[in-house]
Amino acid sequence: MFGYYLDLALRSFRHNRVLTTLMVLALGLGIGASITTLAVLKLLSGDPLPQSSARLFAPEIDPLGKDSTTPPERLWRDWGNLMTWTDAMNLLHARAAQRQAVMALTQTKLTPQAAGQHPFYSDGVMATADFFGMFDAAFQYGGGWSAQDDENRAHVAVIAGFLNDKLFGGKDSVGQIVRINDHDYRIVGVLKAWAPQPRFYATSLGGRGYGNGDAVFLPLQSAFADKMNPQNVNCFDTGIDANHLDTAPCAWVSLWVELKDAADAGAYKTFLSNYVAQQVSLGRLHHPEVNLPNLMGYLAQQQIVPDDARLQTNLAFGFLLICVVNTVGLLLAKCLRRSREIGVRRALGATRRSIFAQFMVESAMVGIAGGVLGLVFAELGLFAIRQQPAEYASLAHLDPAMFAVTFVIALVASLIAGLLPAWRACVVAPAPQLKSA
Amino acid sequence: MNLQIRPILAALRRHKAGTVLIALQIALTLAIVCNALFIIHARLANLSEASGVDEANVFVIQNQWAAERPTSEVDAQVRADLLALRQLPGVRDATPATGYPLKGGGWDNFVTLTPDQVQPTTDAAVYTGDEHFIDTLGLKLVAGRNFRPDEVMVMGTGQAITPPTVIVSKALADKLFPAGDALGKSFYAMGATPSTIIGIVDTLHRQGVDPWSNSHAGQSLIWPARSADARGVYYIVRAKPGQLAAAMREAPKALLAQSRLRIFDPKDGIQDYATIRHKVYDGDRGMAILMAIICVVLLAITGAGIVGLTSFWVSQRRRQIGVRRALGARKRDILAYFLTENFLISGCGAVVGVVLAYAFNLWTVSHFELDRMSAIYVVIGVIVLLLLGQAATFAPARRASRVPPVEATRSV
Repeated sequence: MFGYYLDLALRSFRHNRVLTTLMVLALGLGIGASITTLAVLKLLSGDPLPQSSARLFAPEIDPLGKDSTTPPERLWRDWGNLMTWTDAMNLLHARAAQRQAVMALTQTKLTPQAAGQHPFYSDGVMATADFFGMFDAAFQYGGGWSAQDDENRAHVAVIAGFLNDKLFGGKDSVGQIVRINDHDYRIVGVLKAWAPQPRFYATSLGGRGYGNGDAVFLPLQSAFADKMNPQNVNCFDTGIDANHLDTAPCAWVSLWVELKDAADAGAYKTFLSNYVAQQVSLGRLHHPEVNLPNLMGYLAQQQIVPDDARLQTNLAFGFLLICVVNTVGLLLAKCLRRSREIGVRRALGATRRSIFAQFMVESAMVGIAGGVLGLVFAELGLFAIRQQPAEYASLAHLDPAMFAVTFVIALVASLIAGLLPAWRACVVAPAPQLKSA
Repeated sequence: MNLQIRPILAALRRHKAGTVLIALQIALTLAIVCNALFIIHARLANLSEASGVDEANVFVIQNQWAAERPTSEVDAQVRADLLALRQLPGVRDATPATGYPLKGGGWDNFVTLTPDQVQPTTDAAVYTGDEHFIDTLGLKLVAGRNFRPDEVMVMGTGQAITPPTVIVSKALADKLFPAGDALGKSFYAMGATPSTIIGIVDTLHRQGVDPWSNSHAGQSLIWPARSADARGVYYIVRAKPGQLAAAMREAPKALLAQSRLRIFDPKDGIQDYATIRHKVYDGDRGMAILMAIICVVLLAITGAGIVGLTSFWVSQRRRQIGVRRALGARKRDILAYFLTENFLISGCGAVVGVVLAYAFNLWTVSHFELDRMSAIYVVIGVIVLLLLGQAATFAPARRASRVPPVEATRSV
């Protein structure tokens, strides 16, 4: 029976070429627009570290002065887990979590050793030893540095794979020296490709939210001793001496901790509250509130997904809704035009159910055609987005899950669109149609 | 010509589903088109925001130092560079800077009127430059005087300085001293000592264009300071009229002749203002283009849908049309019938659409940093959709009007 319905549907399409084209085109455009924006939204709101994001937490405290009237929630939304050097170092050295790392971003000037090559600037991260293990950064050669290296202000560095390709032609460069901001650093590790999206650790530190990974990783204390400047410094008091950021009333480093489970997180939050309470009683801090969101909670708090992307997705689904309404109208017109054909089929013994099935098959075919076309439009749309200069643009692509979603949306949309016409068709009374023939 | 509303309503009652679908489609399209028009207009308005800069002749060099040197040596190099730039034949003037209008991002300081004020009076974009800053950017000094060379301080790496003199934009002067007597008054911009206003310039845009800084749009201050940051400095250069391209070619050569220990980023080391403006508003332009495409495609789909359904109605009613023609209705009566029918349906759809449009706008206001939509966009949207409906109905209605009266006698 199904084959027969397919045949009938194809005949009907051939009969009404313009109307059919219009329906498929409209549905395709609606689906294409929805899938394009959905793919971008998925990319923007994705989990940067699916394996460990549930165990990573961002401790947030309020370092502002005692006159501050800023509510802590507002401060955390703006500053994230940014804190002063003193607090970050105290919490790091307390080692109350399984692993913890303090970090800041900096622009590093690299001077190649080979003659004739010019110095150039690259994105750098100043961090403490646990950074690589906590954030799933795997090594191509060598490994990270130790907590001991941090304390000794050792001149060691980890570089990204792409920088290793550029400087050393991709060969094992462990033990080589790189000149960074006019200081010699010995390479101890080379990373495999590592660029979590969104760049969750970078946004509060003044880095971009999406895009390429960082090139150079240095021990925080060594880089700070060599006067490398952090990218984002938020000061909250007068009398700021930007050359002594370790004592200045400025928040410029962030802390991330790894905790085993929820119980562990509860214990850490208590520890954090106690630490802040102690600092308040010492007069160093003035606000006792603390917060400990996990990675995904932190990204939600930071509202990292651009408003424009969310607005576009909503508009695209409005667009799809209009396309579906349009398809319902056209399917209805098409099937009412065929009342006579339906009358004949009913008189020859076709049940209402089979008429209904016939029209639903026809709608589903429009839907599948619309889905295929929508996929083409989505690829075109994503291609157009990749040409845009936005920092996340180059990452926009259609993954297999999205591919499946396209067809589900297409099929569901067309079946919903087909319900009303199919119902109208199956209630056609055979007798009057035959009479007027 | 009398409008036959009653027979139209009677006919529509027999086509409830089709009528509702067209009205619904018009309503949804109207809701989206109004909001899209509103967004397009807001974004285009951003695109043409005045910067205050003589954009046709100004370009910016991002000069990064390749070797670390003490502040005094950097400053000597900066002064030598500026001298070399100003001596170029195609160059009118040049200034050192830590930022420039429409750069993106930016440096903003809280401004207070007293040193112990807890809540800042406002925010201001901070610029630094020497006595050539105003002439180089092409700013208009509307009151007071320019900086004197002896007022220009040297600012080393990461050093926070608070010069005793300041030039402010008119917007900042009016915000701080609404009485219009800002000249000679002083304020605090996150420093321990005050800065006294010695001059007021007309328009000076802030560095960023992000919506969060809209609240202090146009409020800028210029401090007399020459950056001797060991990392790098911006040179803003104003070419003589018509010599921008030549000056942009010559300037980096002149600087490299001074010293080779510098880096110009090949991508954005030297940019004219057309490029700077283009880049900073990329997001806004992209959104406006996207909204425009959505509008056009939506209107096309809705129009095509109306053509399709009306054609179907016409073909269904050929016999009635024939009867009416045989009974004496003229061609244009038939035409008017279908156009009126569409007008009634579109009108109902538009009423629903206006409600939906405002509901969608309210929702975006509560979820995104958007303003309330003014009624003008709704009016434009309604007119566009009513015209679209009439245009889409016209072809099928004309076909209907050509149905011959003899049709009445066929296949009864």
